[in-house]
Amino acid sequence: MTPTVLPDRRGRFGPFGGRFVPETLVSALEELEEAYARFSRDPDFQAQLTSLLHDYAGRPTPLYFARRLSDHLRLRVYLKREDLLHTGAHKINNALGQVLLAHRMGKRRVIAETGAGQHGVATATAAAMLGLPCDVYMGREDTERQALNVYRMRLLGARVIPVDTGTRTLKDAINEALRDWVTNVRDTFYVIGSVVGPHPYPRMVRDFQAVIGQEARQQVLEREGRLPDAVVACVGGGSNAMGLFYAFVQDPAVRLVGVEAGGRGLHTGQHAASLAAGSPGILHGAYTYLLQDGAGQVLGTHSVSAGLDYPAVGPEHAYLKETGRAEYVAVTDAEALEAFHLLARLEGILPALEPAHAVAYLRTLSQQLPRDAVVVVGLSGRGDKDVDAVRRLEGSP
Amino acid sequence: MSRLRELFARVRSRRRPALMPFLEAGDPGFEVLERMVPALVEAGAEAVELGVPFSDPVADGPVLQQAAQRALQRGVNLGHVLEFVARLRRAVEVPVALMSYANPLLRYGWERFCRDAKAAGVDAVIPADMPADEAQPLVEAARSAELDTVFLVAPTSTDARIRLAASASTGFVYCVSLTGTTGPREQLSDDARRLLQRVRRLTDRPAVLGFGVAHPEHAVAVADLADGVIVGSALYRALEGAPDPVTAAADFLRPFAEALQRAPS
Repeated sequence: MTPTVLPDRRGRFGPFGGRFVPETLVSALEELEEAYARFSRDPDFQAQLTSLLHDYAGRPTPLYFARRLSDHLRLRVYLKREDLLHTGAHKINNALGQVLLAHRMGKRRVIAETGAGQHGVATATAAAMLGLPCDVYMGREDTERQALNVYRMRLLGARVIPVDTGTRTLKDAINEALRDWVTNVRDTFYVIGSVVGPHPYPRMVRDFQAVIGQEARQQVLEREGRLPDAVVACVGGGSNAMGLFYAFVQDPAVRLVGVEAGGRGLHTGQHAASLAAGSPGILHGAYTYLLQDGAGQVLGTHSVSAGLDYPAVGPEHAYLKETGRAEYVAVTDAEALEAFHLLARLEGILPALEPAHAVAYLRTLSQQLPRDAVVVVGLSGRGDKDVDAVRRLEGSP
Repeated sequence: MSRLRELFARVRSRRRPALMPFLEAGDPGFEVLERMVPALVEAGAEAVELGVPFSDPVADGPVLQQAAQRALQRGVNLGHVLEFVARLRRAVEVPVALMSYANPLLRYGWERFCRDAKAAGVDAVIPADMPADEAQPLVEAARSAELDTVFLVAPTSTDARIRLAASASTGFVYCVSLTGTTGPREQLSDDARRLLQRVRRLTDRPAVLGFGVAHPEHAVAVADLADGVIVGSALYRALEGAPDPVTAAADFLRPFAEALQRAPS
């Protein structure tokens, strides 16, 4: 059985995790670890965060029974509606937590990386609300395919810094954010957007996102009188999946399914499925699963979804994979796009392309699970940001 | 006695720091580097630091990022770097330290790397993104292969962390002169001397200063405190557009050596 208290004192989930960073950052990580431990026990901090999540972000989010999708798939599908949150995705849960922490720690500036732009928007939002300057690093390619979010961040007063190095996507945005943090470590707080990075980030981000699963578990028990047969979420870095899974990890009868970006297909090498097709290595501060070549160089990735287009994954997911507690699969760009339309037509919901991957996998699950099996899907964000990209991809006017 | 120990024994008795250029292994190409290293030694280099190219060099500024990128485009991997050191060893006696991000070493295998590096004539390994508390498997493998280890300390390091890094370092302690990435700076950071003083007070291991060292005056300014000075990005800056990179590198380094010779010890 999975032990309850992870990570350990060294930030390890089994062998995964740790703190593989330039020495300059270690003291800042120690300071953050100490501050996070203090504030996570501080009733005043917790009350403020809870109140912001409730009154500002819009928690709790509904658990919606998707009737027509359920009929279509012969399952009982519940959607955890993180797409209804302020700023349109689950990212706000973590951004509020970290920016509030930065504020309490007396940091004078926050920085963030972003892929699809949702974490950037969430961080810019929280920073505006708490009066902190905010710089967001975003790969040039992502600034182009998620142009709407770039403008949203600017409207919120953040500076968006396009990244032209390497793959010009999320991986290199994180590299640049780390370089900024190494340079400005004394007064800057780095708001990492997923359960990745050096200790204590994977744990802290999981804790801030765990509210998703806590609510969903209670909601599904109220509606069904039992636990779900499966819980499904998309995995890029893995924050919405970790947040949703965490409340169910100790329920061995609940299948935990993480859906990665299969891009053009795993056999093409053009994908971002680090758990389904990668191997253990060290990137961005943690020992975890990576897409890498035989010499340990990190490979370029491809996904239709900017938020999943990342060659590594949170170390706790690596641990859940190795222990067999969770399973990780991939769906292709085409399957995700098909699910995007399916949800729009059957339920009147435009999902972000990231959770469209989770929805896409329901077809496979429906063949594995008994009829009317109960499945909870993390609908991590809404699709407004992707409407333009989908229109372009499909050649519509 | 290891080459590094010999070097720093000499440094301490003559009271003048060693000049240690940094080169990205594979940029320029190995056939150029094979001529460049002896030229640098001729110009006053007493040790060489070689960087193993990595796709995601978070501790490096633009100059060395681009050098790594060019090396990777040439297809350079860690195996090629070790073969290069073995060839270099036929002509060059100075200590060679390899700086690498963790993942290429991990992928090669800690023990296999240390064995092969030692056999190739490498003297020390410097992990760029692996603080001493995460480095136990590498340190153990290096000890049994008799390869020196070098850890970094930064202006933000606490005294406890400086002691930790020093206790895990056998070659020298790499003192990062500033909070930031590698890259040439006009001014030497105010943090540089303060850090060297702290390292001196906390350990008797040789203290070598790197990051941001770009002008001979920078080296002279720490000559009374540092056992060595590493110059990397500024050297690459000097190679940009140079018709003959070997001559350009030597011409760049010579003034550092001359300035250190003249500096009061």
